[in-house]
Amino acid sequence: MNIPKEYLNEFPEKIIDDLKESGKGLTDSKFKKVLEKTLEEYKKARITPGECVGLVGAESIGEPGTQMTLNTFHFAGVSEMNVTMGLPRIIEILDGRKTISTPMMEVYLKGKLSGEKVKAHALMLKETLLGVVVDEFNIDIADLKIDVLLKEDKLTERSLTSATVANVIKKAIKKATVTKEDNTVTVKLTGKDASLNELYRTKEKLKDVFVSGIKGIKEVLPVKRKEEFIIITAGSNLNEVMALDFVDTTRTTSNDLYEVHAVLGVEAARQLIIDEVMKVMENQGLNVDVRHIMLVADTMCVNGNIKGITRYGVVSEKSSALARASFETPVKHILAAALTGERDELTSVVENVMLNQPVPLGTGLPGLVTEVKK
Amino acid sequence: MEESEKYVYKRVRFIDFGVLSPKKIKEMASAKVVTPELYDKEGYPVDGGLMDVRLGVIDPGLNCKTCGSKLKECLGHFGFIELARPLIHIKFVSQIQALLAGTCRECGIPLMTQAKIEKELANIKKLEKEVNQTIVAKYIKKIIARLKTQTACPHCKAKQPKIKIEKPTTFFEAEKRVTPIEIRTRLEKVSDEHLPLFGMNPETVRPEWLVLTLLPIPPVTMRPSITLESGERSEDDLTHKLGDIVRINQRLFENINAGAPEIIIEDLWDLLQYHVTTFFDNAVAQLPPARHRSGQPLKTITERIKSKEGRIRHNLAGKRTNFSARTAISPDSKLKINEVGVPKIIAMKLSVPEKVTEWNMEYMKQFVENGPKKYPGANYIERPDGKKKKVTSETKEAALEELQPGYVIERHLMDGDIAIFNRQPSLHRMSMMCHKVRVLPYKTFRMNPAVNHPYNADYDGDEMNLHIPQTEEARAEAEILMQVQTQLISPRYGSSVIGCIQDAVSGNYVLTKYMKITKQEAIDLLYAIGVDEINITKEILDGKELVSELFPKDFDFKGESKTGEEIEIKKGKLVHGVLDNANLGGGGAGLLLRRIHQKYGEELAVDLLYKLFRLGIEVITRYGFTASLSDLDLPETAEEKIQNVLKESEGKVKEFITQYEEKTLELIAGKTLKETLELRILEALNKSRNEAGELVAEYSKKDSNLMVMATSGAKGKMINFTQMCGCVGQQALRGQRINKGFKNRTLSVFKVGELSPKAHGFVRSGFKGGLGPSEFFFQAMVGRDSLMDTALRTPKSGYLYRRLANAMQDLKVEYDGTVRDASNKIIQFSYGEDNIDVSKSEKGIINVKRIIHEVEQS
Repeated sequence: MNIPKEYLNEFPEKIIDDLKESGKGLTDSKFKKVLEKTLEEYKKARITPGECVGLVGAESIGEPGTQMTLNTFHFAGVSEMNVTMGLPRIIEILDGRKTISTPMMEVYLKGKLSGEKVKAHALMLKETLLGVVVDEFNIDIADLKIDVLLKEDKLTERSLTSATVANVIKKAIKKATVTKEDNTVTVKLTGKDASLNELYRTKEKLKDVFVSGIKGIKEVLPVKRKEEFIIITAGSNLNEVMALDFVDTTRTTSNDLYEVHAVLGVEAARQLIIDEVMKVMENQGLNVDVRHIMLVADTMCVNGNIKGITRYGVVSEKSSALARASFETPVKHILAAALTGERDELTSVVENVMLNQPVPLGTGLPGLVTEVKK
Repeated sequence: MEESEKYVYKRVRFIDFGVLSPKKIKEMASAKVVTPELYDKEGYPVDGGLMDVRLGVIDPGLNCKTCGSKLKECLGHFGFIELARPLIHIKFVSQIQALLAGTCRECGIPLMTQAKIEKELANIKKLEKEVNQTIVAKYIKKIIARLKTQTACPHCKAKQPKIKIEKPTTFFEAEKRVTPIEIRTRLEKVSDEHLPLFGMNPETVRPEWLVLTLLPIPPVTMRPSITLESGERSEDDLTHKLGDIVRINQRLFENINAGAPEIIIEDLWDLLQYHVTTFFDNAVAQLPPARHRSGQPLKTITERIKSKEGRIRHNLAGKRTNFSARTAISPDSKLKINEVGVPKIIAMKLSVPEKVTEWNMEYMKQFVENGPKKYPGANYIERPDGKKKKVTSETKEAALEELQPGYVIERHLMDGDIAIFNRQPSLHRMSMMCHKVRVLPYKTFRMNPAVNHPYNADYDGDEMNLHIPQTEEARAEAEILMQVQTQLISPRYGSSVIGCIQDAVSGNYVLTKYMKITKQEAIDLLYAIGVDEINITKEILDGKELVSELFPKDFDFKGESKTGEEIEIKKGKLVHGVLDNANLGGGGAGLLLRRIHQKYGEELAVDLLYKLFRLGIEVITRYGFTASLSDLDLPETAEEKIQNVLKESEGKVKEFITQYEEKTLELIAGKTLKETLELRILEALNKSRNEAGELVAEYSKKDSNLMVMATSGAKGKMINFTQMCGCVGQQALRGQRINKGFKNRTLSVFKVGELSPKAHGFVRSGFKGGLGPSEFFFQAMVGRDSLMDTALRTPKSGYLYRRLANAMQDLKVEYDGTVRDASNKIIQFSYGEDNIDVSKSEKGIINVKRIIHEVEQS
């Protein structure tokens, strides 16, 4: 259905899409009527200037917060991963924490793949440390060397060969000669400070040598989701996963804000905040409109970086010293304001509350210009 | 002329922050304090003492010597003391250090080449224009850090030894102490133009002001003394501290004048520094806090400002109010939804100012005549010049005489007055709504139970607050913006927050689902709920027809009931379907109410809701509704089937356990054997409970009252039903079976390492049959855990809320449709990307499908 131009500019995209979608098969005159009626309802539902949307948004997120469970983990069926949910997750997102408690990715794959193939891909993602593919470390005290016995099946599972492993070890361990024989890699210490202690330390070091896969991906789990397999990972490394050629980069996501911000930009990070908060809310069976979460996400992302809702983040950037002081560490803010000779223009809410003046929101916003007889 | 004087012409436009200069301190002081004594023998404040009458009055009857005003009128005046030696201001120590380390000790120029100074000054200026203060502060921090590393002055080539602080206030330069006198002279050398490099504004602060030579004495009104019952005076903490300062300062003066040895003078100097430091902040890390004789630390200036109980959050951002009341609440479904029942005792204490005009003279006189003790009376009269007089039985005759137009009478609260009703915690705006007053007997606030949900109230002892707006403006705003009917639709999710609850839901459900009544009964019911135009012709009619009498005649609605059945209202007639919580309820349900509100406006919606609510209750009280134990009875076959399901699952669990012990259990990816076992067991047991639930739902009586409550959504869910007559199910702690207790077992009645369901919190019995001792114990464990969860969650979510509210409170929609913050920065170009107000929308959207449907119908 085509929408006449005079209406096209009146509606937001969503309504236009709805109209196009549901308006199919209507006669022109009826469609006209629909347009008129929709416009009327839309105009009625428009937000009023001066509306304190921020506070309403804060209420809409804060109020259900008291009903959320503190339960950190949840089980959505047996096969899913444990993810931080509930209040702790919301706090984590809104704090803008750099390290989150359960980083996770959803990796979508290109094309329709069989389960086997997906499993193979999944194993390629998984971070493999030497300790996993090793059967045994044999320490030879006399020669100051370690024989590393590799497990054949684990290697083939990850399409590795003992040669590549030997190379990796060579790169990782300095001051040692590395030789390979069948499935045994021998690490012999060289250099002056070669000692028994050093040998044991080397052994421990060997266990943590990164062999293959992607750093940070601790666990992989192929899951069927609507007709296709995706890989859910514990641990996140968006940058490197996206570089793999079998990964569908358009749909693959991480739940780590800063990673998404670094790889995909602020807009993506903003969307992630919205999605993640919404996910928690829905999971808890709470009904919150997206607009409120959008507003929070936008305040956190306005200047191109992620700022948490903390005294170091969003609140610290307020222009008014009194507004900052009324949140946390008041003395610090007042002293700083004194040194820099700040001027508080009283444009925000708290200062005016402090001074018993009307607040510049809602009914306090419009002024009346009139002459009063003196 | 008199009238216009009442208007407020003055308004604070801005507040400047700065540091007080010694000159300014002297200027604003009205007394110099020279003696630590407070009062003379007669108990009169000593001249030049800390309680000097020039500093303000705190005793009734005395007049302030500076401004001549009485107590409460005089705000108090500052004084000052001259310090015998300069002292460091504790709060500026880091700034002083930056200045000392960053400028040359000889010439006072920052330790950078002239070119660099100019470049950095320009940079800072640019930054200040472009970005906010925090980023500038960060930049300045970097400059200071760089300056500190310099070892020689590029201008006069003087060597710059490292400046060290021995906390809190002593400075050292190359192991030699730098006295505050030296510091001050060095700071004097720093020129105004270089100050921006240190983040200081030369217009409001000079570096040498950071070293105190004069100390302002706060007015006595800021530190009033209290008279104890014994007649003794107890001074404020600040007065005590100031007393110490003045005493030591005088001693220092005397010693200096007497030419005492340097060591004594230095000791006194340090002591004075300590006192002044603790005067500003009594929680400096390296200093022992100054204490009362009782050992309790003094509350000095910083402690007064700081934290939740401090000046800012307690007194400035939050204020106390008059004209408010608080008492317990109780329900009264006969009150209108936007009414609140106010006890007469309260109505006689709270008052509303009403102006006397020549037209309402007689009416107003009545109040004064009744006086404060007879309802409706008056408590105060106010003369046009602002003098207030209390009305008592003695003064009321005189008051009546002098009453004339222009007077204001504070009369008792009456029916129809505007009040704001509130229940803490006030988590959203529906926690404070405007109601109309109904004065009633007894001592509780009464409210319609339909508004329980927005207040989150119940009647197990809840108390609520009532506020009476005192100005015309406030009343108008409350009535237009805050009244209950304006708050029907929550801005959180865009559907009704207010709706029928409990019995009202059951009543409507029973009525629309089962009932057939006679004409008499129908008319009786309708009349009882306040419908007085009744057109019923049928002799016998069913509940649907009765309810249909309430809807507007052109109302069309299609929806779903809670159980998913279709419900349809055509031309104001309930054609099929039942009314239940999904359509009548509050808190996000209540789609029917949402539609009514949208189509017919809030007045009609609130009226219809009232009638539906009353109807539900009326029906239930007339025809009876009770829950009995027999509602839970199941036929024997069902009991058997449930037992079989449970047995089966237990068998399955046993199988898993043997598999686990033989290590043949198939692993779940990424899980250990034990974890797999636990998951499998949980899965099996939950499945069995669900199956038991299905059996209960299938075999229990469908029309029992208990079942009606569950299916209508009035109270309880199917799960509660299952737990009562079927099986309570697995008790889980943090998503796992119960594993706490003794070593390798939960309770001593179980074998060590036992893995069976019953040993890890599976409650096989139902509440009706009764729980076994261990089952009961597991239940109690989980119950306690959930209590803990609530206790821990409340402060966490409260803090999150506070932060959110603080961060976003300034955001508003501008006239151009953008969302902006206090400094006019754009946050969103259009609110929510489509400018739709959630509280005016239909669950956050414009329902195009419904509109099309309506157009097609017409």
